[in-house]
Amino acid sequence: MSLVRQVRTLALPQPLVEIAGLVAVIARRPVGLIGLVGVGAFVVTSYIGPLVVPLTNSVDIANVYRTPSLAHPLGTDFQGRDVLNQIVYGGRDILSVAFLAAFFSTAVAVTFGSLAASSGGKVDTIVVVLADIVLTVPHLIVLIVVAAIFRPEGFLVLALLLASLQWAGLLRQVRAQILSLKEREYVEAARSLDLGLFHVIFREMLPNMASYVSIHFIFAMTGAVYAQVGLIVLGLVPLSGANWGIMLYFAQSQGALYFRDSFWYILSPILAISLFQLSLVALSAGLEDVFNPRLRAG
Amino acid sequence: MASNAFHVSLLAGAGTQMAALHRHPALRALLKALLTVLAATTITFALVRLLPGNPIDLRIDELTRDGTMTYEDARAQVSGLYAIELDAPLPDQYVSYLWNVARGDLGNSFLSQATPVTSIILAVLPWTLFAVGTGLFLSFAAGIGLGIIAAYRRGSFFDQAVSTVGSIISSVPNYLIAILMVLVLGIQLRIVPITQMRGATSPGIQPGFTPDFVGDVFFHASLPITVFFLTHIGHWILSMRNATLAALEEDYVVAARARGLRDSRIMTAYVGRNAALPLVTQLAISVGFIVGGAVLIEQVFAYQGVGQRLLRAVAQRDYPVMQGILLLTTISVVVANLAADLLYSKLDPRVGHATL
Repeated sequence: MSLVRQVRTLALPQPLVEIAGLVAVIARRPVGLIGLVGVGAFVVTSYIGPLVVPLTNSVDIANVYRTPSLAHPLGTDFQGRDVLNQIVYGGRDILSVAFLAAFFSTAVAVTFGSLAASSGGKVDTIVVVLADIVLTVPHLIVLIVVAAIFRPEGFLVLALLLASLQWAGLLRQVRAQILSLKEREYVEAARSLDLGLFHVIFREMLPNMASYVSIHFIFAMTGAVYAQVGLIVLGLVPLSGANWGIMLYFAQSQGALYFRDSFWYILSPILAISLFQLSLVALSAGLEDVFNPRLRAG
Repeated sequence: MASNAFHVSLLAGAGTQMAALHRHPALRALLKALLTVLAATTITFALVRLLPGNPIDLRIDELTRDGTMTYEDARAQVSGLYAIELDAPLPDQYVSYLWNVARGDLGNSFLSQATPVTSIILAVLPWTLFAVGTGLFLSFAAGIGLGIIAAYRRGSFFDQAVSTVGSIISSVPNYLIAILMVLVLGIQLRIVPITQMRGATSPGIQPGFTPDFVGDVFFHASLPITVFFLTHIGHWILSMRNATLAALEEDYVVAARARGLRDSRIMTAYVGRNAALPLVTQLAISVGFIVGGAVLIEQVFAYQGVGQRLLRAVAQRDYPVMQGILLLTTISVVVANLAADLLYSKLDPRVGHATL
């Protein structure tokens, strides 16, 4: 494809060229393009939107549950506040927690998965048994009980809590992959040259797992959004400010669900969350195509 | 399952004396199950007893704060509530706690103090099992059928439509689908009498195998069942479609075609059976997550199952009930996993003897 080639001929630093090349390949198929545009739109809206759009959270009792109009394109909430404004301001926390949770769980999975596979013995046994246990416990119930007892405050704690249940699946994949890569010739060559465990794992083996790891990363984000919004809707996370989950929490606790005019107020966060999830899934489908060599060549 | 293979290598490498025991697939699965239950019990013990800010310390603190109760009395009361002997050293507490759990004694509820946690859970469990179980099995049956047809008409409009809709529905969080149903069907269009459908049954109806009662049970469970159906069906369609596509390329299918067997027979007896095999194991595993997956859905529809009971316990800070539900859900997943492991070695003759 010409776009890919054009990107490669640009005189940019090497990592930038690779990322640009990857983006160009993902965008080649409609699914990947939808995913890229969708995720990009949410990132821009949630992180740059609040810098551009002024916050309008003043209570206006005269305009409760208004249907969409020019002044309020998505209507108003139970206190007469603009819904679109809340949607713009309400994405940042959700996206940040999802990204951090995915980052932590992926880091743990890759580190301990490769550690277990390359050291073997007792370390391996313990890590695998732990992963099995984490895969078995019902995550949402554990999260609800833990959140009910310890009230996780701040989004770093919430992200760590979500990540603590998400690493196990990828860890098993990484471990299995490393066990099989260990026997390959180029890895044996690197080991016999005594290039060190760090070099062998991060330079020789990990590049082969880029597909698993990046696709897992995206699925970890969707999982984190699901669990996080679930906890917020149940009122178990004392997060302040506006976010899509808090909007739904108030919709339920204020009985907005049962007002006919509150339709847009409830529909907006539902659509925001669902479209973000769909964009992530589409992006991961696009990535799958990238890593499928048969599609990549064509 | 891939996990079986690496467990064999793992356990064979780990122990030499017990290796013979581990090699038996059923025993190995059982061992894994017991270990997981033990871990879950330990985690709940740690949550309520050991970690800072745990409910036992908080409760003792509350009871002694206004000076009406001595520290010893408060401890005695709390230890009765949790079925934990607080006077004993920690390891003993842990062992006796495990023993109580093993006997099915999960302590008493904080709020209705004479009621054992076990009976509270058993009262709501059937409703969750019924609603989620029905939705799950219906989605499995429909998903298998649609998946086979999609694979046979690969690339057709039907295939693309079913696959796209399936993956879209399964990426939307299930509780959002539930809220959307209340919003659209119940409030905006008023097709569904949403307030009458709250609870597991209508008030005042006589339980029994009468048409009225059974109809009422289905009436109240219909929305939760629909949501569970919708959230699972995408997964079954896509898995079955891919499994069928793989099976269609197998030599025995080509051979069956060459022998001139009817397409319908090839589809059911050759392709369908083999493609559905791994999915049966997945179904067994999903059954285990039934209890855990229902929390938010039951909350949205005010359906009186385990999930709603858990949230009530959370709201009332009724820790013994919370802890009991956490344990029960874990055990149900473990039992389902165990069943899946055993089922798989029964259904697939390649697993079980030759490789182990």
